Amino acid sequence: MGLKQNLHSFKMKNKDKKWLPAFNALFTFLYTPNETTHNGTHIKAADDLKRTMNTVILALVPCLIFGMFNAGYQHYLAQGMIESADGFLGASFWTLDNLWIGIVKVLPLVVVSYGVGLAVEFLFAVIKGHEVEEGYLVTGMLVPLIVPVDIPLWMLAVAVVFGVVIGKEVFGGTGMNILNPALTIRAFLFFAYPTWMSGDKVWVHGATAAAGTPDAYSGETLLGAYAQNSSLAGIDYWDMFWGIIPGSVGETSKFLIIIGALFLIFTKIGSWRIILSTLIGALTMGLIFNGVVDAGWIGESSKFYGLMSVPFWQHLIIGSILFGAVYMATDPVTASQTNKGKWIYGFLIGFISIMIRVFNPAYPEGVFLAILLMNVFAPTIDHYVVQGNVKRRLKRVKVKAA
Amino acid sequence: MGLLSKKDAKLITDPLADNNPITIQVLGICSALAITAELKASIVMSFAVLFVLGVGNVVISLMRNIIPSKIRIIVQLIVVASLVIIVDQVLKAFAYELSKTLSVFVGLIITNCIIMGRFEAFALGNGPWKSFLDGIGNALGYAVILIIVGFFRELLGSGTLLGIPVLGDPIEKTGVYSIGYENNGFMLMPPMALIIVGLIIWVQRSRNKDLIED
Repeated sequence: MGLKQNLHSFKMKNKDKKWLPAFNALFTFLYTPNETTHNGTHIKAADDLKRTMNTVILALVPCLIFGMFNAGYQHYLAQGMIESADGFLGASFWTLDNLWIGIVKVLPLVVVSYGVGLAVEFLFAVIKGHEVEEGYLVTGMLVPLIVPVDIPLWMLAVAVVFGVVIGKEVFGGTGMNILNPALTIRAFLFFAYPTWMSGDKVWVHGATAAAGTPDAYSGETLLGAYAQNSSLAGIDYWDMFWGIIPGSVGETSKFLIIIGALFLIFTKIGSWRIILSTLIGALTMGLIFNGVVDAGWIGESSKFYGLMSVPFWQHLIIGSILFGAVYMATDPVTASQTNKGKWIYGFLIGFISIMIRVFNPAYPEGVFLAILLMNVFAPTIDHYVVQGNVKRRLKRVKVKAA
Repeated sequence: MGLLSKKDAKLITDPLADNNPITIQVLGICSALAITAELKASIVMSFAVLFVLGVGNVVISLMRNIIPSKIRIIVQLIVVASLVIIVDQVLKAFAYELSKTLSVFVGLIITNCIIMGRFEAFALGNGPWKSFLDGIGNALGYAVILIIVGFFRELLGSGTLLGIPVLGDPIEKTGVYSIGYENNGFMLMPPMALIIVGLIIWVQRSRNKDLIED
C-alpha cells in the first residue's frame, strides 16, 4: 500500500472523530481524495478552490521576495550605509545583506499570519464539523504584504484573529464573507494601533526604535509627503514603478504587481474587468482633481494642494492602488459577480480611493477603505444589475407578444 | 425568593438573560454604542435608566385607566421627559464632569426605545407593582450589557477600569505594557461596541438554541 492508500484507510478508520477535518485539510493538500460526489450533477474541473488559491499565491511570491529585499534596502539606505540603487537591477538592491533583514523581519510576519490564521480556521472547522476551507491561504499571504515591516508580531496575531473570526467565520466561513478578510485585518490594525500603521517612522525597519536618538532617521512614504504639501527629493517615477521606495512590505513594486496581474488574468483567476475599471476610476478622479487645480479653484495654500496637483497618472504608481486593484478588489467572494456589476464596482473603488487619498490626510491611503466600502455595496450592485436585466427581458417578451 | 412570587420574580430575571432588551429585542442600541467607552459612564447611564424606567413604569401604570388612548404617546413622552430632566439636573449638580461626558445621551434617554417599549407593552396593561418589577428587570438587563461592554472597552481601549490603571501606566511603561501591551484605539470607537454586543449575542444564542430565530 502506498502512502495515499494508508492515509485513506486512516481517514476511514477515524470517520467519526472530531478532529478529522484538520486531518483532511492536510491530506487533500497532498493528494486528491478517493471519494467522489455521491449525488447530483457535478462538473469536472481541475481548478478547485485549493488550486485557485495557489495560483494567487504564486502571483504574490515575487512581491514577497521583492519586499524582503526592499525591507533591507530601505533600512540601510535610510541609515546612509549604502548607495541608492539605480533602477530595478541596481547593484545595491539585490544583496544578501538586504535579504537577511527581509528574512529576519518579513518571514516572521508570514509565519505568524499563517500560523494564527490557520489555527483559527482549524478550530472552527473542528467545532462546526465541516472541512477546513482554503480561504485563508491567500489571506495569509496578503496580510504580511500590506503591513509596515516593523509591526509587532503580537499585534498582527491579534488582528488576524479578529479578521478571521469577525470578518469571515461569523458570516459562515469562506465564501460567505461580506468583507475581504485581509483588508479587515488591515483596517483593524489601522484603527486599533494607528501609531504603528501610519506616520513617517513605521515604513523603514528600525526607524521607530531609533527615533529620538542622534541616529534617528525616517522613511516617509510618498503619500505622506504629498499630503503635507511637500515632495520627497531623490525619488523619480522609475523608482516608484520599480518599487524601491518605502511602503508596506509587498505593495511597492508596481512592476511586479503588473506581472502578477497579467498572470492572474491569463490564468483567468483575476477579473480583468475589475482591475481595468478600478484603474479607470482612479484616473478619472485624478483628472477631476487636476482640472480643479488647473481651473485655479485650489491654491497652493490649500492643504489639499499637494495631492490634488499630482499628475493624474502618477496616482497609479504612488501608494497601493495597483496592489489593491489586482489582489484585493478581485477577490471573487467579496466582489460583484455580474460583468456589468464588476465595471461599476471597480470604477467606484478607484474613484473613492483617490478621493479619500486627497481629502483625508488622516488616512493617507484610502484604497483599503474604498475596497471595504465597495465590498459592502457589491451585492446591491449585483441586485440592480440582475433586476435591470430581468426588466429588459420582460419588455422584449411583451414587444414580441404584441 | 420568598419576597416575590414565582411569576413576579420572572419579571426581573427574564430580561436579564433570555429576553434581554439589548441582545434579544435589540432595543436601546444607540446609547450602548455611544457611552460605553468608559465603565463609569456605563454604570451611571445604567442607574439613570433604572430610575427612569422603574419610576416611569409605575407612573404610567397608575394612570393607565385615565389616559385616553389617542394621546397616550404624548403622555408617555411627558412622563419620560420629566424624569429624565430630574436625572439630568441631579447629574449636573453632583457629578458635573460625568454629565459632560454623557452629554446629550442623558437627554436622549427620552428616545430610548426600551423605555417607550416597556410603557407601551407592559405598564399600560398591568398594575403598578408588576410594572415596577418589569421596569427594574428591563433596566437591569440593559445595565448588564452596558457594563459588560463598558468593562471590555475601557480595559482594552485605555488599560484602565473606572479610571484606575489596571494594565499599567502607559507613559511609564509598567505592568503589562512593558512586555508590549498597547492600548487598542479601535476599542474606543463605537463600531467596536457594536462588535462586542454582537459577540455577546453570539455567545448567548449558541448557549441557548431556542433564541435563534428564522
